[in-house]
Amino acid sequence: MTDSKNLGQGDYKYGFVTDIETEEVPKGLNEGIIRLISQKKNEPEWMLDYRLKAFRHWQTMTEPHWAHVTYNKIDFQDLKYYSAPKNKSEKKSLEDLDPELLKTFERLGIPLTEQKRISGVAVDVVFDSVSIGQTHTEVLEKAGVIFCSISEAIQKHPDLVKKYLGSVVPISDNFYAALNAAVFTDGSFCYIPKGVRCPIDLSTYFRINASETGQFERTLLIADEGSFVNYLEGCTAPQRDENQLHAAVVELIAMDHAEIKYSTVQNWYTGDKQGRGGIFNFVTKRGKCAGAHSKISWTQVEAGSAITWKYPSVILLGDDSEGLFYSVALTHDYMQADTGTKMLHIGKRTKSTILSKGIATGNSKSSYRGLVKIMPSAEKARNYSQCDSMLVGPNCQANTFPYIEVKNKTATLEHEATTSRISEDQLFYLQSRGLNKEESISLLVNGFCKEVFKELPLEFSVEAVKLIEMKLENSVG
Amino acid sequence: MTMLEIKNLHAKIEEKEVLKGLNFKVNAGEVHAIMGPNGSGKSSFSKIIAGHPAYTVTAGEVLYEINFKMKNLLELSVDERAKEGVFLAMQYPIEVPGVSNFHFLQMSYNAVLKHHGSEEFSENDFRIFVKEKMKLLQMREDFLDRDVNVGFSGGEKKRNEILQMAVLSPRLCILDETDSGLDIDSLKIVGEGVNKLRSKNNAIILITHYQRLLDFIRPDFVHIYADGKIQQTGGPELALKLEKQGYDWLK
Repeated sequence: MTDSKNLGQGDYKYGFVTDIETEEVPKGLNEGIIRLISQKKNEPEWMLDYRLKAFRHWQTMTEPHWAHVTYNKIDFQDLKYYSAPKNKSEKKSLEDLDPELLKTFERLGIPLTEQKRISGVAVDVVFDSVSIGQTHTEVLEKAGVIFCSISEAIQKHPDLVKKYLGSVVPISDNFYAALNAAVFTDGSFCYIPKGVRCPIDLSTYFRINASETGQFERTLLIADEGSFVNYLEGCTAPQRDENQLHAAVVELIAMDHAEIKYSTVQNWYTGDKQGRGGIFNFVTKRGKCAGAHSKISWTQVEAGSAITWKYPSVILLGDDSEGLFYSVALTHDYMQADTGTKMLHIGKRTKSTILSKGIATGNSKSSYRGLVKIMPSAEKARNYSQCDSMLVGPNCQANTFPYIEVKNKTATLEHEATTSRISEDQLFYLQSRGLNKEESISLLVNGFCKEVFKELPLEFSVEAVKLIEMKLENSVG
Repeated sequence: MTMLEIKNLHAKIEEKEVLKGLNFKVNAGEVHAIMGPNGSGKSSFSKIIAGHPAYTVTAGEVLYEINFKMKNLLELSVDERAKEGVFLAMQYPIEVPGVSNFHFLQMSYNAVLKHHGSEEFSENDFRIFVKEKMKLLQMREDFLDRDVNVGFSGGEKKRNEILQMAVLSPRLCILDETDSGLDIDSLKIVGEGVNKLRSKNNAIILITHYQRLLDFIRPDFVHIYADGKIQQTGGPELALKLEKQGYDWLK
């Protein structure tokens, strides 16, 4: 085993590859591969059936092309669908992990060893296709919170998984969700029991390491009546010349009076300055406010990936339930982002808020796409949407595609949209006070995003500001 | 000691010539007033000194004293000029949504400190420092938490410019029509504030077309500016003459 190689050229500090022995399945996708994955994970029959059903459905589907992005066709037979770090012996705790893995996560700023652990946040760590461990398990057990990898949940909590898996994002939902249902290899599972305020923040950290491997993780989070949880998600990947596919599915379920806050700082590898390589981030995230007075909020900072294609959405089923979407999407060089949300109002007096900030620099494209749908049953539903775009430089693009469908006259909807360009006079003003050009742009962009950043948990917010600053430093100037 | 010397300066914006052979010299410790009719290009002059990218200098030179040597100011970028002590209080200060006045002032001040190899101020130290400066301008503390110039009245914006000047303590201060938009009480506060910032080490250039600012800040020299250059130079009495007779007698 050798040290981790740093392939980064200084601008993407997470671009290194960990040299670690892995267990993989051969390239390609067929029933045999799915059976093999299921077998490797020692899954029960019902899980294999679920996968096969999804796979058969997926085979009847065609890849969608409606997003405002362009990329070369993905050859799904040229990918590996399983890669896991080899375990020499049965691990007892995180400390027993391969030291190379521990080192990797230290470099990523996610220390896993007991003495260095981030206090106040429990982390589930997913490396390539599998979860390699969680921290703070004792605290959570005491509160009755279940927080484990989804593989473990399938073994230990089959009833919960069976009941809720696919209940928000069914296998037939879309092409990538069907693919995920067929081949997902790991992810996080979380159940907050009735009336419990999760004592610490929960977090999943996703790391793609292996090449030519797709990452398909699955997250399932259930907040039972009157519970609360703050959930954070981070992701990075090595710098490689070829594109890699990441097609995750996240399902959230909130019962009566439950609240879920789900925050993401997405920093997958973006590709190089010429647009070579990078992650295709095709993700389905959806929450269901199943109970009355429940609340789900999605806060996302999308600063990575060659292509981002995702719409964290909320189904507002319970009366008086509330959905929120706060988003910052920064694109630079040749990145493309088509992101936004769907708010589906079914219950009475349901409320949704959408606040989207898109920043495009270089030759990048940033699009907001959103749907607010008020069903006939949604008496007195309310929505407020604000979509702002900021352009930095002459070659980038920003688009807004808002869709609104209202089938109940008592609904109140407000929509605001702006597009601005950083002006010469703004830059001159800041520079004439001693800030250089990059600092000035960074200050303007951070100001532009402030309303979203303040929705993030503090440590995440600090990280987001730093990330945006670093990205701008490398892409403008 | 000479701080700024401008020789035969010509400049244009797009294709329009705005400076047509300007000569001007400022020593440390002096206050100069530049007066002239509307649209004569006084603001252009101030922006060129600060380095606004829309203007192109076509001939002449601008020398500025840095560490006892006269340096070509035109070679420095906008922020380098600021760090070397050139300050322009703008006629139309820009709004910066989402950025608090406090954060902006601190970043700006620390950028200058860093440039001179000094240790940067922590948030706490800077808060104490900036509050002192605010007293000078009789500004309320909640001013610090508001976004830079967003929702400020015309007078508040101008005061904010002078606060920035007080914080950065520049050597060459150019005040571009700071008096416009100020009522008489604010004018007095700003005038007194500026007077307190006067020292033998800095120089102030006041650009205005009214005498009234000069009642508060007494200049050593008054220049009449028209058609891209200085037409006449005198003492404070020249401003009074302008006030009485207007600019017509110049033609």
